[in-house]
Amino acid sequence: MTGDLPGFADVVIVGAGPAGLAAAAELKARGVGSVLVLEREAQAGGIPRHCGHSPFGMREFHRLLRGPAYAARLLARAQAAGALVKTGVTVTALHPGSGLSVASAGGLRQITARRVLLCTGVRESTRAARLIGGTKPGGVLSTGALQGMVHLQALRPFRNPVVLGTELVSFSALLTCRHLGIRPAAMIEPGPRVTARRPAGLLPRLQGVPLLRNTSITAIEGRDRVTGVSLQTADGARRRLACDGVIVTGGFRPEAALVRDSHLTMDPATGGPVVDQFGRCSDPAYFAAGNLLRPVETAGWSWNEGRIIGRAIAESLGDEVPDFAQNMKIELQGDVLKYILPQTLSACPAPAALRHFQLRVTRPARGRLILRVNGEVVLSRALSALPERRITLPLNALPAGAEGVAELSFEDGPA
Amino acid sequence: MPAAPSALQGSFDVAVIGAGVIGCAIARRFTLEGARVAVIEKAPDILDGASKGNSAILHTGFDAPPGALETACIAEGYAEYLEIHDKLGLPLIRAGALVVAWTEEEEALLPALIQQARDNGVADIAPLSAAETRALEPGLGAGVRAGFRVPREYLIDPWSAPHAYLLQALANGATLLRGCEVTGGGFDGAMWRLETTRGPLSAGIVINAAGLYGDRIDARLIGHSDFTIRPRKGQFIVYDKPAAALATHILLPVPSKITKGIVVCRTAFGNLIVGPTAEDQDDRETAALVPETLAALRARGEEILPALAGQDVTAIYAGLRPASEFKDYQIRAHAGLNYVTVGAIRSTGLSSALGTARHVHRLCAEFGHQRTPLGAPVWPQVTGISEYARRDWQCPGNGGIVCHCERVTRREIEAALSGPLAAQSLAGLKRRTRVTMGRCQGFYCSAALAALTKGRLTQPMAEAEDDR
Ligand SMILES: Cc1cc2nc3c(=O)[nH]c(=O)nc-3n(C[C@H](O)[C@H](O)[C@H](O)COP(=O)(O)OP(=O)(O)OC[C@H]3O[C@@H](n4cnc5c(N)ncnc54)[C@H](O)[C@@H]3O)c2cc1C
Ligand SMILES: Cc1cc2nc3c(=O)[nH]c(=O)nc-3n(C[C@H](O)[C@H](O)[C@H](O)COP(=O)(O)OP(=O)(O)OC[C@H]3O[C@@H](n4cnc5c(N)ncnc54)[C@H](O)[C@@H]3O)c2cc1C
Repeated sequence: MTGDLPGFADVVIVGAGPAGLAAAAELKARGVGSVLVLEREAQAGGIPRHCGHSPFGMREFHRLLRGPAYAARLLARAQAAGALVKTGVTVTALHPGSGLSVASAGGLRQITARRVLLCTGVRESTRAARLIGGTKPGGVLSTGALQGMVHLQALRPFRNPVVLGTELVSFSALLTCRHLGIRPAAMIEPGPRVTARRPAGLLPRLQGVPLLRNTSITAIEGRDRVTGVSLQTADGARRRLACDGVIVTGGFRPEAALVRDSHLTMDPATGGPVVDQFGRCSDPAYFAAGNLLRPVETAGWSWNEGRIIGRAIAESLGDEVPDFAQNMKIELQGDVLKYILPQTLSACPAPAALRHFQLRVTRPARGRLILRVNGEVVLSRALSALPERRITLPLNALPAGAEGVAELSFEDGPA
Repeated sequence: MPAAPSALQGSFDVAVIGAGVIGCAIARRFTLEGARVAVIEKAPDILDGASKGNSAILHTGFDAPPGALETACIAEGYAEYLEIHDKLGLPLIRAGALVVAWTEEEEALLPALIQQARDNGVADIAPLSAAETRALEPGLGAGVRAGFRVPREYLIDPWSAPHAYLLQALANGATLLRGCEVTGGGFDGAMWRLETTRGPLSAGIVINAAGLYGDRIDARLIGHSDFTIRPRKGQFIVYDKPAAALATHILLPVPSKITKGIVVCRTAFGNLIVGPTAEDQDDRETAALVPETLAALRARGEEILPALAGQDVTAIYAGLRPASEFKDYQIRAHAGLNYVTVGAIRSTGLSSALGTARHVHRLCAEFGHQRTPLGAPVWPQVTGISEYARRDWQCPGNGGIVCHCERVTRREIEAALSGPLAAQSLAGLKRRTRVTMGRCQGFYCSAALAALTKGRLTQPMAEAEDDR
């Protein structure tokens, strides 16, 4: 397996999810000589491999697909375009100037490339990271782990779980339970409202699952298997709920261990690498695309990012995007704005790959977004937004060729 | 696989009750000394009691009470670990400890502590000023007043050590009975007959190494116990691997009367832990994690190492110390009964186990137990899972990585599921391989692992979807 791994490729892509596979197809379409996609799982496709539900693929294939079929098509398209996709290969270290250490069943080896594109995606945060108390029995799973058991292995880890969280993915957990023919004991949301947009919020009622808002899990009970959870409501009332599993959903974080252990600059706000408008990292040989950039976007969005950043990489190989310093940094003021992407802008005449800034807020926000460059207001815009919802701002809100520091702030008030 | 009660075959020279780190080390010692040993463990897998979760420090015993049995056992256990760890494939991370005084009162206690260390034979210690302390650990928070370094306090792997002890016993002829609870028994003047959930068993000598149940086993078998176990819970936070770069030493507070206090140290697995707490409780089974306590541990960790503030939490866990009303170990040979109690091995059992085992063996020699030591014992090697040594994923033929965060290979998992000490629970598999113990806590590998372990664990991770 490692024996037939080439030691060099013009572009190596780390991760064969929607972003990586889209980029691979795009790079080949743009005539790049060798494109190698390295995927650590046994099967390419990324998260959609185990999303047994629709809708995927409207933007990419103009049809409604379930995750696994969508993943298969993305792979077929990348391979048809001429990209080499290798599974069972883990990238374990990134070296300055685009050398990679990779591990597989055959052991450890090195690969070099002219450009590297990182597309390692996001995962959900854990029970431990949320400091949920109690014991540590079997049956506490993320949505991703549950989906993998159900849709990749035809296994059923429990019969009567509770679902913690109300993000979009939490509703995927409900759908996965429905596929198993089981009805969760409750859906539990620590905050006052459902995080995901309608109509997802209607799903619990449709499935007959009680939705408990303003409620948190204080302890998980059970020795070998989960036997129940202790719940506490915002007013302090406590009660016990019997269940045999806990699905800890959402709370996404980029799978950025590789970046964090490398020479590349990280952004603590997104949890991913710092990039410019071409998706380029602090080492210009490295690019990043897809949900590694931030928590969290859809498959279609990640796919599109892979495509447009793939194009920017193809152009960088032809020297149309020259190497230059990143000359403007965008800083966030206050604690309402959670992150911004791209974090830096490079002075470059070529059209940007990422045409919009992507933002999120930490709490429900109604007021104005204000952008200042070197102290001067260049944009003031109404904003009304909820946490975990996409907010965009055109990149050209910044005057062309501006240098220095841009500051983005939010002020509460009438929108 | 819970076996039906049946007459257990054979009679043994020695029956060891409990496969915690102490029972494992005792089984090894008696086997090497030529005895036929049975180890009886009630849980489906070994290390399911106090030995499940600890700080994994190999203590020199510098702060142990001078003259205590505990202190002697630690010194002897420490020395033997250093002697044998290479031969068994066990790790040793020579971190060294730094005792840090943060208050005036703590600073005032340092000279006495240094003297105590010297009395305990730990002589390579010198006092350090605040600046010298900080020079050794630049990441320390504000308020360091003074300290001293204990160069030979080390870090080990809390699980592979007892596994290796027991594996060596098994490779040299010992018998392990898992899922087998001792429920009663009697001594007829020559032999013990033990009643277990898997049938009766006879043995010349019985050694009670039942940890959190040591007093109960005494009461059951010899009618009384000289001590009462009162479990003392310790909670921990495990930080993700980048945090391990924040401290080289084991950062110890000035110990109080009750506890060694909150420690910050690396682990053999390349993480950094903060803990343990010391909370007395009656429950011998449940080491419950408490969110408020964990938050407080986090805050304390950030005072000690401010850079911890930006670090991710990988795991949380808690362990129960088999504490009693006495400070010292409760080890007693009941000569007329051919019975030894090895109880209340509270907070240093991992370090002392090999020494405790030697001590217990000497006690038995006193009441006539004498065998010919094995001339050329087998030395099986355990798979190294220390992050500070070469790992299987770096070697050819490993079958590929299954657990990505901890880089556990298929070959390592297969090895842990087979052999004389095959894992029978997911918890046991984790202790042998680290699988699912990393930052994603099974997000990526649970499905593959559930498939791989299907039909091989007493409590499966999942059942087939069509088993309705
Ligand atoms: C549980 C879950 C459910 C989701 N459900 C939906 C949904 O229903 N609809 C939707 O639109 N979006 C969903 N998402 C969002 C999802 O992230 C996107 O759909 C999309 O998969 C992002 O694509 P990506 O290519 O950025 O990352 P991914 O799809 O996550 O792909 C990343 C790939 O990189 C590989 N990889 C990581 N590290 C390495 C390494 N070191 N070496 C080699 N390979 C590596 C991974 O194995 C993976 O295959 C979900 C996300 C999660 C976590
Ligand atoms: C928070 C914490 C931190 C610690 N840190 C350190 C450290 O850094 N360094 C150090 O050296 N030590 C440390 N220790 C101490 C160490 O972990 C203990 O001293 C040691 O684990 C005690 O082991 P044991 O074998 O006596 O007991 P156990 O591990 O409890 O073993 C007893 C076994 O007996 C079995 N058993 C009970 N009843 C029966 C029955 N009726 N029949 C059959 N089997 C039975 C149990 O299932 C159990 O497996 C720490 C402990 C804790 C809790």
